[in-house]
Amino acid sequence: MLIRTKGEIPSSEITPKSVYMNRRKFMAAAAATGLAAVAGESASRLLRPSSAQAAEDKLTTVKSQYSTPGLTLTTFEDITHYNNFYEFGVNKDDPSKNAGRLKTRPWTIQVEGLVKQKKTFDIDTLLKMKPLEDRIYRFRCVEAWSMVIPWVGYSLSEFINACEPLPSAKYVQFISLADSKDELLPWNAGISWPYSEGLRMDEAMHPLTLLTFGLYGQALPNQDGAPVRVVVPWKYGFKSAKSIVKIKFVKNQPSTTWNDMSPNEYGFYSNVNPNRDHPRWSQKRERVIGAPIFRQLQPTLMFNGYGDQVASLYNGMNLIKEY
Amino acid sequence: MSKRGIVALKILAHAACLAPIAWLLWHLYLSVTSDPTALGPDPTHTVTFFTGRGTLRLLVITLAVTPVRRLIPKLAWLGRFRRVLGLYAFFYGSLHLLTYVWLYAGWSWAAMVDDISQRRFITAGLAAWLMMVPLALTSTTWSIRKLGGKNWNRLHWLTYTAAISGVVHYWWGVKTGVKTPLTITVVLGILLLARPILRWRQDRTALRVQRSEAA
Repeated sequence: MLIRTKGEIPSSEITPKSVYMNRRKFMAAAAATGLAAVAGESASRLLRPSSAQAAEDKLTTVKSQYSTPGLTLTTFEDITHYNNFYEFGVNKDDPSKNAGRLKTRPWTIQVEGLVKQKKTFDIDTLLKMKPLEDRIYRFRCVEAWSMVIPWVGYSLSEFINACEPLPSAKYVQFISLADSKDELLPWNAGISWPYSEGLRMDEAMHPLTLLTFGLYGQALPNQDGAPVRVVVPWKYGFKSAKSIVKIKFVKNQPSTTWNDMSPNEYGFYSNVNPNRDHPRWSQKRERVIGAPIFRQLQPTLMFNGYGDQVASLYNGMNLIKEY
Repeated sequence: MSKRGIVALKILAHAACLAPIAWLLWHLYLSVTSDPTALGPDPTHTVTFFTGRGTLRLLVITLAVTPVRRLIPKLAWLGRFRRVLGLYAFFYGSLHLLTYVWLYAGWSWAAMVDDISQRRFITAGLAAWLMMVPLALTSTTWSIRKLGGKNWNRLHWLTYTAAISGVVHYWWGVKTGVKTPLTITVVLGILLLARPILRWRQDRTALRVQRSEAA
């Protein structure tokens, strides 16, 4: 299915990160030196390792059978400059401007709840736990726009197995970072912090559900949920929690941010479903980000096109009522 | 204000109202011909927001004319700009509607009916535009004469309801919890409250003058 006209840049043509980051570092250092004389304080901020610092690491990846073939990728520029990440502001370009302050090292994920024993995983341990796979997925936001993103990670199920949950665990809850020093946590976002999301155990164990560390072959840029997030390609984007610091295994359906905020708009499941309309946005169609203006509109697919793989998870459920 | 001054300011007003449209058309041209990113990652949304915000701002500016005149009698000549500002508000509103019909609904009747019946923010927006139609149609001096000042004034109270519907449309259109429409709402609120307050002040002064004359 060809949906985009803009060509994908072969990775061979992309200037290696190390080359241009070195140049950037040099320029930043030069600028900082100049500024230091004028404004001593702000210069220190310039010198502080920025988002790009953490994101420049190239990841070693392998091919994946779960990658979606035949899609035209959204550009790196759009994936990193059109974000919903309310911790850094409510406008789409806010995260790219403000996420630089996020420190992604050291970083740990705490695992608690219904598990054999509480554990804490370091991000660098997680990165080495399983081979990182290149997985191209469709990404559909509940606001009726969509992208195609080449994520990097491995199935969440691999990590869950390492967490050793008890058989009584029926749901998994993901808690994102809420830190007023590293993030803005703006008052006008209207949601409460920390951001919380959740999945039913079988959804979390589905091989398509990705524990994500990167995109376009490199570590996640901060604005895309660095250093680790989940990606659930058949659900609306807000289900895919970013910058995760805690994972809880629980017996009952956990409380989740948008569902708490407005339950008639955002269901717990929030599977992409063109037949279950939303009071604000028609879910029958979507606008392709980066596509030419008169060709932006395209029909939305049931389960975002992943029905063959995931529909069986919902056998016997009324997906209009249980949205 | 001299006649020449008014003409110069009118030209300026037209330029100020048309400049954003020129900017939009130029970027639309760029996005179709050479640079697909000229209107940002989500061009449909860019155009929608641009025209919608323009409509509300112009409506609010139009509604500001009368209170400002009352408050500062020296600026009475501002009244001559009300019509042109109001007409531009309608023009922007029509472009906003066109964006919806073309780029969101893709000219599909089914999609539009679906939206109007299910999505209250679209119903409110459409209502606001419909209220502006008779206002634009009766904006000529001939209409004022034909309708008579009193009836014309009464009809043009629709400007208030159109502006209110427009702001409600904005609130209902943004995600629950998002507060971006706050500024325009506060400004509109002040302008709506300014009228009764100014009238009350005027009445009081008139009364005082009457009393002092009687004494």
